[in-house]
Amino acid sequence: MLPEPLAEHPVAGPLDQRFPGAIVEGKFALGEVSLFIDPARIVEVCSALKQDFAFEQLTGVTAVDWWPQEPRFEIVYQLHSISKNRRLRLKVRISEHDGLDSVTPVWRGANWYEREVFDLFGVTFSNHPDLERIMMPADWEGHPLRKDYPVHGHRYSYADE
Amino acid sequence: MDKLETHVASLDAEHELAMPGPGDLFPEPDTAPSARRMVLNMGPQHPSTHGVLRVLLELDGETILRARPEIGYLHTGIEKECEVKKWQQVTPLTDRVDYLANLINNLCYALAVEKLLQLEVPEMAQWMRVMLSELTRLNSHLVWLGTHALDMGAMSMFFYCFREREDILKIFEMFSGQRMMTSYIRVGGLALEPPRGWQKVVSDFINGFDSKVDEYEELLNANPIWMQRTKGVGIVPLETLIDLGVTGPILRAAGLKIDERKDNPYSGYEKFDFEVPTYTGNDVYARFLVRMDEMRQSTRIVKQALAGMPAGAWIAKAPGIILPDREQMKTQMEALIYHFKIVTEGFPVPAGEVFQVVESPRGQLGYYIVSNGSSKPHRLFMRTPSFANLQSIPAMLEGRLLADSIASMGSIDLVLGDVDR
Repeated sequence: MLPEPLAEHPVAGPLDQRFPGAIVEGKFALGEVSLFIDPARIVEVCSALKQDFAFEQLTGVTAVDWWPQEPRFEIVYQLHSISKNRRLRLKVRISEHDGLDSVTPVWRGANWYEREVFDLFGVTFSNHPDLERIMMPADWEGHPLRKDYPVHGHRYSYADE
Repeated sequence: MDKLETHVASLDAEHELAMPGPGDLFPEPDTAPSARRMVLNMGPQHPSTHGVLRVLLELDGETILRARPEIGYLHTGIEKECEVKKWQQVTPLTDRVDYLANLINNLCYALAVEKLLQLEVPEMAQWMRVMLSELTRLNSHLVWLGTHALDMGAMSMFFYCFREREDILKIFEMFSGQRMMTSYIRVGGLALEPPRGWQKVVSDFINGFDSKVDEYEELLNANPIWMQRTKGVGIVPLETLIDLGVTGPILRAAGLKIDERKDNPYSGYEKFDFEVPTYTGNDVYARFLVRMDEMRQSTRIVKQALAGMPAGAWIAKAPGIILPDREQMKTQMEALIYHFKIVTEGFPVPAGEVFQVVESPRGQLGYYIVSNGSSKPHRLFMRTPSFANLQSIPAMLEGRLLADSIASMGSIDLVLGDVDR
């Protein structure tokens, strides 16, 4: 449900009418809008935002780990409408073994950001063209940005001997 | 003796065998399409990748069929490190992300935390932040210009650019004690009071800088070799660039007037008079022209900041968040207690999230910070411009000549610390 000030928002209001039930929750704080989206509908919401609400650019995708809470991950999408000079934040809550649909078909720029989230958090994206590790070596075990991963790591990247 | 002779004889035999016959030296060229293809590994130690970028190039003769950048060689885990540092301990880490635009990274972090804290920054500190940001932009563009020209054989440009860059680094050293890892912009204002006599040093530099830009333009702007290497190279349609998340001078060279300093002014940029240069060439040459014009605009901003610098405090008054004055600590018990608490426990930041974007020399730099109300960030995501800009490499290189790849990569202005974090 949208809180009162968001129903008047030029994007959140119409989006809620067009996709009833897709916006699970909305927040407005410090002048920034965050919309929580139903994980199953993220791609259709994103493509509507790109086509009809002029969000031409995806500024970034990242995740926040709230371990040990469940669902532990929040996937965060930062959207930018260059023509309207407006920013919007979409969020999706998923747990560790849930996959998520990739938004790379909507914005090509999502490719590396989703690879980064996969590499550092272990969230898998279905329908992604090239889901491989990007920062860590290909044979790395574990996902370093998870909260249950120690800062010093489980092991060194080279042979311990 | 016997043994030696047989050994020599066996070496001779091997040598004979290894010597190619005339037919082996000049084999008949294999003209099958599959045989003409080769994979060239460029980097991670190639000088024109400006760091440790590796690009796998699949070639057909001299034409690039596919390009695949491999990154992560400079991944230092700064985002993970930030989660175990107190809020004030994160600032030195932000320097190390984009080591050519360290003050702009400091500024972005400080603005984000100040937004969470709802902290008002004194006007003088804001103006000083703008002035230092623009000097940082000059510093970054000078390094870019010098190395970009060096890649294409214009060696003297490198010396001229580093001559001016040295002056900027001396200014940074005067302010903060550090040439590169300045950490001078802190939450609430500046780290130290500006040094005595800074006005003269900055004005001496900035008043002579316009003529230096004239020198660079004289050397390169109409230089036939430079034009041949850069004109019509690295063109990608504007829609593709936006789709790929590219920002900054690359978009401005494609004709899009986009600049965070104008669109969503921060730190008092709305009080300064400057233009956003755009060109429509969309090639390496247009990107070069955009950055040259940006140097002139940055010079204008620094001059305005110098002329109109307000007097006043250089750091906000916020007990419990900002370290108290040294003199106060000698006479007031509260100041001593606050100092002890900030140093040992840090200061709490109200729970919430913020995404602060500033215009870095390479494009939009964004810090997404999530606080859970404690004295350490819960999550700090750095939206670095180089990471997104680098994604456009396949689009820029594929179907073009191998020699053009150096020019295209230089025009992106990569900083690998900014890519890998």
